[in-house]
Amino acid sequence: MSKKNLEYLINRKDNQYEVVIGLEVHAQVLSQSKLFSNSATKFGAEPNTQVSLVDAAFPGMLPVINEFCVKQAIKTGIGLNAKINKRSVFDRKNYFYADLPQGYQISQFKDPIVGEGKVFLDMPNGQKEVGIERLHLEQDAGKSIHDLDPQNTFVDLNRSGVALMEIVSKPDLRSPDEVNAYIKKLRSIMRYLGTCDGNMQEGSLRADVNVSVRPKGSKEFGTRCEIKNVNSIKFMQMAIEYEANRQVDLIEEGKTIDQETRLFDTKKNETRSMRSKEDAHDYRYFPDPDLLPLEVSEKFIEELKNDIPELPDDKMKRFIKEFKLSSYEANILVSDIDTAKYFEEVVAKMGKNKDIKLAVNWITGELFAVLNSKGLEISQSPVSAKNFAILINLIKNGTISGKIAKNVFELMIDGDKDPQKIVEEKGLKQQSDPKALEALIDKIINDNREKAIEYKQGKEKLFGFFVGQAMKASGGKANPQLINEILKKKL
Amino acid sequence: MSDIIKQSLTELVENIKNKKLSSTDVTKAFIDRSEKSEELNAYITNDFTSALDKAKKFDQKPNFNLKLPGIPMAVKDLFCTKNIKTTAGSKILNNFVPTYESTVTENIWNEGAILLGKLNCDEFAMGSSNETSFFGNVQSPIDKNLVPGGSSGGSASAVAGQLTPVTIGTDTGGSIRQPASFTGIVGLKPTYGSCSRYGIVAFASSLDQAGPMAQNVKDCALLHEVISSYDPKDSTSIDFKRGHYSKELTNNIKGKKIGIPKEYRVDGMPKEIEDLWQRGTQYIKDCGAETIDISLPNTSYALPTYYIVAPAEASSNLARYDGVKYGFRAKGENLIDMYEKTRSEGFGAEVQRRIMIGTYVLSSGYYDAYYLKAQKVRKLIKNDFDEAYKKVDAILTPSTPSSAFKMGEKTNDPVSMYLNDIFTVPVNLAGLPGISIPAGHDSKGYPLGLQIIGKAFDEQNILNIAYAMEEKINFKNKITDWWIK
Repeated sequence: MSKKNLEYLINRKDNQYEVVIGLEVHAQVLSQSKLFSNSATKFGAEPNTQVSLVDAAFPGMLPVINEFCVKQAIKTGIGLNAKINKRSVFDRKNYFYADLPQGYQISQFKDPIVGEGKVFLDMPNGQKEVGIERLHLEQDAGKSIHDLDPQNTFVDLNRSGVALMEIVSKPDLRSPDEVNAYIKKLRSIMRYLGTCDGNMQEGSLRADVNVSVRPKGSKEFGTRCEIKNVNSIKFMQMAIEYEANRQVDLIEEGKTIDQETRLFDTKKNETRSMRSKEDAHDYRYFPDPDLLPLEVSEKFIEELKNDIPELPDDKMKRFIKEFKLSSYEANILVSDIDTAKYFEEVVAKMGKNKDIKLAVNWITGELFAVLNSKGLEISQSPVSAKNFAILINLIKNGTISGKIAKNVFELMIDGDKDPQKIVEEKGLKQQSDPKALEALIDKIINDNREKAIEYKQGKEKLFGFFVGQAMKASGGKANPQLINEILKKKL
Repeated sequence: MSDIIKQSLTELVENIKNKKLSSTDVTKAFIDRSEKSEELNAYITNDFTSALDKAKKFDQKPNFNLKLPGIPMAVKDLFCTKNIKTTAGSKILNNFVPTYESTVTENIWNEGAILLGKLNCDEFAMGSSNETSFFGNVQSPIDKNLVPGGSSGGSASAVAGQLTPVTIGTDTGGSIRQPASFTGIVGLKPTYGSCSRYGIVAFASSLDQAGPMAQNVKDCALLHEVISSYDPKDSTSIDFKRGHYSKELTNNIKGKKIGIPKEYRVDGMPKEIEDLWQRGTQYIKDCGAETIDISLPNTSYALPTYYIVAPAEASSNLARYDGVKYGFRAKGENLIDMYEKTRSEGFGAEVQRRIMIGTYVLSSGYYDAYYLKAQKVRKLIKNDFDEAYKKVDAILTPSTPSSAFKMGEKTNDPVSMYLNDIFTVPVNLAGLPGISIPAGHDSKGYPLGLQIIGKAFDEQNILNIAYAMEEKINFKNKITDWWIK
């Protein structure tokens, strides 16, 4: 990788190859019930406890669209700056599998609910636009469990019929880093909208990754391979690296790339052929006669638009403008909706005389460190935004030093204690009385006369020694600024 | 007791309400008749014991405000009935007992009717002679070894043979009207979206409709009134204002304009049918209505269109019968082997034929030429009717191109079998209501039917026309009870 221009290229002898990536992201719609039935969608329930007659495809059972899921898809479309199609059609995708009870998946093939859109990625070398081809609604399948019994496969239909949004990007991505940023951005937007929890461990977000390579500068696309169902960003990146290199090697050897579907083996870190284009299923798509075309009015869409919260891009712009943050800082704060919420709450609680820069440093520094070490999300922060704001104000108004603040913060973690009280109870209030400090410093100079002389003779490093002694004598509570001033005067 | 079974539904309801008859009397009479009629093979499953219990319970605490107070009724085995085996005439559902009730049958029980049992039908309603059922052929009460028509053959046979006062069937391409015509009874296929499809084993979702089959038009209207309802559980159910079809039934059709479509004069149509149709137009005139020659230019494409659309949907609808979740499962080496054996052994020849046709027409490379084109033609056929209805209030045609045929006569010639539906399928493709009424006999004494096709949601109108014609025709079904020993 050429670091200078941040381009991701694969080098072989004299040749440089560019990697072209497109993603089909499957995002589980955040909803209480399934796309066409009223069964629950809770993750981790006992197998086959969230299955209705519709989900299990009993004879004579019919799908009925869940309006909430439609709203979620449209909201997501709005969040992706996309065209909302007022008329969309549900099709049947026919294939046989044990965990597909109907023998077909209800999906949208020709007429998806959401058309073209775009998202913006903040990359180190500037903003990058990624095109969205479409978003459509579809049912998830159940789960086949092959490893519980040597003879039998078990089927869990809890997931069968859960609503998914398939978000198809244009082949606009060029590196594993961009894929990382893209997935995070999608996740961020959907979490802001409350349309998908983006939980990759639980499978709420997974992707089929389309990879092709071409000589740098070429305008034509190479033959692509689709890597199916990758469920973490890290694996996506690994799969792309492997697959791109595999394709480049084939080209270098004068061979051709077969268009095929591949699987990523996470243990061996390689992709393997699953089926070739010739073996591709004929899904026999046709409009589902059990469902009428889905029609939504302009008013319906407008009402949803009014319901859209401030999204990450706008929030970032506002943070930069309103709080004078750098784009780097703003990006960190807005990428996760809960971080943004926490930050804004801290800002609100800090009142009039606030130091936003200081708050940002403390959130991205001390708070993130604690959350990291405890494995917590910011929404589970042991320190509430209110107490956090009080702490920042205590530093800002000179009541405690930054160093003392760190001790106070550690005490706050246990039970979200009020920092004001900790400072009072432990007597940690900063000593800012010049007279008391002068007396303290006089004593130190007296006790270390030789060092004072050395300092005066030019050994300036010793200034730090005196500061240290003064802080030590004050139990760390002395106002460091004052100490500096007094020492400079006295020495 | 013997005269009970000869009474119409309307008479039975009156007599129960007037306490001249009890539900037990009536239920016993039909059970008795059904038990004597095993040779018709009309039932797949009977529920006689529990029917009698229910009748007794009704009599202990009768509710005469209901529309079908204590009336026993057998229904086609395509309707899922809670805790009663529902087979769709197929081996693959031979052991299937639903835990739920179809909306249509629920409506019937809610009005006080009592389930007698489940009636035989062509497998998954695919057939025109009731010869594809896994549970054997149904005999027509008209004559021995005569087909009752299909797919609602058991239903037609049971009504004509007086095993049930009325019944319900389903009609995808003529499955109510054709057997009604073959057995000399009345059968209504309602407007698509009038009766809920919830809980009905699906054949072709965009065409399937449940409907009443009865001895006369008034009974038919009453039963239709009970079964037609808006149902949010069926996304294709339509929320329109439904009439009080029996109460508003009138024989006054003066001034109505009835269209006679020239395209229904098909090549090789027997003279008897031609004459019947001619007499039909005379009856219309006798009732004070007017007949007008009309054209439905795309009629000849209806049958091929139907035999693309219906199998296509069926091939997908029947994919769920895979041996995994319920129903018949054959042993297999692995999943694919199990699928293949289950479906090969579980489905009969006609069902397999249609699954293959359907799979073919939906395949990539063929989809545009077959399925998509068929959908376009379907629209043209619907447009034909829309055009015609600018000039007329209803359309009169024969119900079938011939009278009932003998068993085995057409089983080896699917195309000739499919031709049976030539007058009925356009109605399904257009989603319109159509009713078949008995209108005469052929030279062998077999019944012949006339079909009245209405505008969408205009069931009342075609019921009225049928009611008025029924009076003029004064049809008497020739039931000899040949099967009773």
